[in-house]
Amino acid sequence: MECSDRPTMRALQLEKLKKTVKHGYENVPHYRQSMDEAGVKPEDIKTLEDIRKLPFITKENLAANYPTGLFAKPMTDIVRIHASSGTTGKPKIVGYTQSDLDMWGECVARGLTMAGAGKDSVVHVSYGYGLFTGGLGAHIGAEAIGATVIPMSSGNTQKQIMFLQDMNSTVLCCTPSYALTIAEGVKKAGLDPKALSLKAGVFGAEPWTQGMRDKIEEGLGIKAHDIYGLSEVMGPGVSTSCEANNGMHIQEDFFFPEIIDPDTLEVLPEGEKGELVITTLGKEGMPLIRYRTRDICYLMRDKCSCGRTTVRMSRVFGRSDDMLIIRGVNVFPSQVETVIAKFSELTMNYKLYVGRENNTDTFALAVELAEGLAIDDIGFVEAIRSKVDHALRDMLGIGCKVRFLNAGTLPRSEGKAVRVEDTRTLG
Amino acid sequence: MLVKQMSVFVENTTGRLADLTKILAENDIDIKASTIADTVDFGILRCIVEDPEKATRILKENGFTASITEVIAVSVEHKPGGYHKIMALLAEAHIGVDYIYSAINSDEGEAVIIMKMEDPKKAIEVLTNNGVKLFCMKDLAK
Repeated sequence: MECSDRPTMRALQLEKLKKTVKHGYENVPHYRQSMDEAGVKPEDIKTLEDIRKLPFITKENLAANYPTGLFAKPMTDIVRIHASSGTTGKPKIVGYTQSDLDMWGECVARGLTMAGAGKDSVVHVSYGYGLFTGGLGAHIGAEAIGATVIPMSSGNTQKQIMFLQDMNSTVLCCTPSYALTIAEGVKKAGLDPKALSLKAGVFGAEPWTQGMRDKIEEGLGIKAHDIYGLSEVMGPGVSTSCEANNGMHIQEDFFFPEIIDPDTLEVLPEGEKGELVITTLGKEGMPLIRYRTRDICYLMRDKCSCGRTTVRMSRVFGRSDDMLIIRGVNVFPSQVETVIAKFSELTMNYKLYVGRENNTDTFALAVELAEGLAIDDIGFVEAIRSKVDHALRDMLGIGCKVRFLNAGTLPRSEGKAVRVEDTRTLG
Repeated sequence: MLVKQMSVFVENTTGRLADLTKILAENDIDIKASTIADTVDFGILRCIVEDPEKATRILKENGFTASITEVIAVSVEHKPGGYHKIMALLAEAHIGVDYIYSAINSDEGEAVIIMKMEDPKKAIEVLTNNGVKLFCMKDLAK
């Protein structure tokens, strides 16, 4: 499928699109309602371009249908659940049928194949395992190609390096920032990266730069590949970069991509930069029809030197909403706000600071104290801080350094408050 | 005999204390005694000022988180064992001390320490019964 001609691909996409729309309309109240409101029926989809008649689905719709409102199959057919953080503090729950897992395995397997992996490869997976789709996503793909999988999960860098050495791992899967941490660990241990058997790495789940890629490739002596995906759509493997390192090939027989203007919601001419909208083709458990990913990128249709004919997406330039990706975890300022609102000792005047130190994201919160606090005791202030710390960790799943300020010390902006200062430079 | 101390939350940034002292200076408020309890990114300034209610109100108006705490001001003899005499009396009566700092002005042969007590009323009773001199707000304002 990856090298098929356009007419064949488009015919397959149309056939699967019709099925998906029908499946959604018949089994998910949300799709039935939104399509009825838009005055469109599944039978109206006669060409691929007819997809534009269909309404979008947003992360807000996902939140409103928490937990399983968008499932199109009964729970008896759902064999796996994953989740990622949502806008309201409630996670986005995703359900997979066995056929969905097979499709996911196929997509990741194609991505790993782009990185040169095969039956003889030893695939070292250092993404976190659990509700996060990174670990089990890479895992299922590596199993699909019949490679040897090492399910390391993340953390304990020394042990990671020991396994890389002793098990002669050939492919590393993790976040780019963790790949850098491992590369640094290798250097610190005085090891020559050439002494490792690693040949390639497949990195994703957070934005990274060419500069980071260069450092990873040099530090581990490998070729680095980009993998893209979203939990709600499936997980990693929606697209992966090939050896040409010129955009990520989208698995078009499973995902139909569109690029829209996030303000006018009009589909943009091919090649223009805008928000990526994905429609899943053939996904049963939780089909997504015109899902607004909020990721800003553009599509490339020119011929790729690798021979694959699938469309490529550029790297993600940013997001059309306020979601932050910190150490691979999705964080919405609204989640932080929910936590702050629970504390009478704090005001809603706050600011988040995101930065990068030693290739790891830093995350800090500065918040103004409420009036009338009996402020005499350090222990009193530290106790509040510790409570806020815990509440944030519970809500976000990552740590956040909390700092208190007197009232009026944060700069006030006219109009929309600037809540986030992200100093990570992505060149 | 209780003395009112003002406590102010201060961010640990250069110039922040000057912001605070400027406000006090502009409002003719003299600091008689002070100490700072600090952590990595904030401190709490504790001080004795002439009119703590007024000072607290003005600082609050200027965005500072400030509050009033009751402490005692104790006369300590300026000689070896002077400090110990006070501590021994309190220890014997099982009265805990939260923190102590010294006042700036003191007469010859006599120092003033400010003490935050677990049980200030009992501390006053024990100390005065044992002939220890305590100061009131008016004395400190001299």
